[in-house]
Amino acid sequence: MFLTDTDLQSIWLTLRLASVVTLILFLVGTPVAWWLARTRSRWKGPIGAVVALPLVLPPSVLGFYLLVTMGPNGPVGQLTQALGIGLLPFTFWGLVVASVFYSFPFMVQPVQNAFEAVGERPLEVAATLRASPFDAFFTVALPLALPGFLTAGILTFAHTVGEFGVVLMIGGNIPGVTRVASVQIYDHVEAMEYSDAHRLAAVMLIFSFLVLLALYLWRPNPKNT
Amino acid sequence: MEPIEARFNLDWPGFSLAVDEQLPGRGVTALFGHSGSGKTTLLRCIAGLLRAPNGRLVFQGTVWQDDSTWVPTHRRSLGYVFQEASLFPHLTVIGNLRYGQKRAPADIPAEERVSLDQAIDLLGIRPLLDRKPGRLSGGERQRVAIARALAVSPRILLLDEPLAALDLARKQEILPYLERLHDELAIPVLYVSHAPDEVARLADHLVIMDGGRVLASGPLAATLARLDLPIRLGEDAGVVLEGRITERDTRWHLLKVDCGGVNLWVRDTGVPTDHSVRVRILARDVSIVLAPVEGTSILNTLPARVLSLGEDAHPALALVQLQAGQSTLLARLTHRSADHLGLAPGLPVWIQIKAVALL
Repeated sequence: MFLTDTDLQSIWLTLRLASVVTLILFLVGTPVAWWLARTRSRWKGPIGAVVALPLVLPPSVLGFYLLVTMGPNGPVGQLTQALGIGLLPFTFWGLVVASVFYSFPFMVQPVQNAFEAVGERPLEVAATLRASPFDAFFTVALPLALPGFLTAGILTFAHTVGEFGVVLMIGGNIPGVTRVASVQIYDHVEAMEYSDAHRLAAVMLIFSFLVLLALYLWRPNPKNT
Repeated sequence: MEPIEARFNLDWPGFSLAVDEQLPGRGVTALFGHSGSGKTTLLRCIAGLLRAPNGRLVFQGTVWQDDSTWVPTHRRSLGYVFQEASLFPHLTVIGNLRYGQKRAPADIPAEERVSLDQAIDLLGIRPLLDRKPGRLSGGERQRVAIARALAVSPRILLLDEPLAALDLARKQEILPYLERLHDELAIPVLYVSHAPDEVARLADHLVIMDGGRVLASGPLAATLARLDLPIRLGEDAGVVLEGRITERDTRWHLLKVDCGGVNLWVRDTGVPTDHSVRVRILARDVSIVLAPVEGTSILNTLPARVLSLGEDAHPALALVQLQAGQSTLLARLTHRSADHLGLAPGLPVWIQIKAVALL
């Protein structure tokens, strides 16, 4: 195998992190996207802006605030300690929490757009066919927004794989725990191991390309088939 | 059947709705008016898709809305057909039909329950069942939408301009199915339309709306024959008469229709004799003479009596209400002609009807 064990370990860790984060964001991001797509509240603007913040904020800024908040003296840190979980920074779950924040807009925005594209009418139709709002969400809104969910899932996954700054701030560089592929490449470069960096970088490049290729080629359309 | 009590008030910028009406609990009631007259808004309030504050809606003894009650749409026993068919694109035709059918409450009495087969056959959509909505024509989609609404076994059917988005050929494709609904359904139908020809064919009761208000409400024939309505049907002013086919002239391919003592000859469309039919006579096709005219191409010439005179949309034109047999007709002529003939209420005249449309 042309990748070292630590390389493979970092890739495995990266995939695990991205999968967990994507799964969590499906659950957390969907209600937020639904709310943003349908609300007429004056809070829509501010909440939408907060959701989009990670798009423009330097990862180090986000990572810094999360580190402080989850640290021993931060409110979240106090809470996790009181709950007996310990401190989140420099753990896998600390990375998960940070990545959930960092990748939030990549889940919420495509799903929100998909819900907005579905519009009010199919839900009204469902109501006239005696489906409760809850029923209509699962039997009409979700299936019609499915392409948006696939886009969101792929983007979230890929974006989490590509994370670097936040990981470094929150996770540091612990092999098998927080050392993801992007950090591993950084390590290789720091150690002047250019050929190792090349191999891992090539894997990342090919992976990213394939993911995006899949996204652009395969857009399921529920209206046909 | 108990009537439907509806009272709704909405005050939006640029639009208001003020309706307090008893709508018939049986037959087809057309909500007729120009776009922006509030007819769709009224229908949405009745369906519960729109909540007018302080509104009141009692459907056949069940309160659907008042100050302390709000029954959400999915708990109201209604079928709704939208202007565009709005089929669920991710389901096949049969999937769309089943969606509502399997959600219909279990306590609907068997005699009120509409089976899938009934809905499918009534709208003639059996060959389409396995198709996706994207592969249907506009007319087919609308037929599926109507069948889907029926399959819920509703106690009222609400149709929001179901033909408005279709071209003439598609309309002609669907109208016969709507007529079948009219003949075979026991439930009341509210039919929103701005097309006089659809109203003439389908409605039993006419509610004319303008500016969010009800201008007139009554049985179709009587309401159409009124002169005092500020709404202007323009070229479409005219009456609809109910009649029975009494004679078939096979040599000239004509049918004789008896409409309340008025005998009219119409083109033979193949309707069997003794059948009940509707005919529509537009005011612009009726002219008035003081004595029967010899040597005219006009087939239908009848004695009548002037009831009253009214204004038409253009200042040059008058609408004349006439009594022939037990029927009321409208004629449109210029004020100059009316003056020239000396038309006045009670005057016996003859009317010449240039065209009678068998609906």
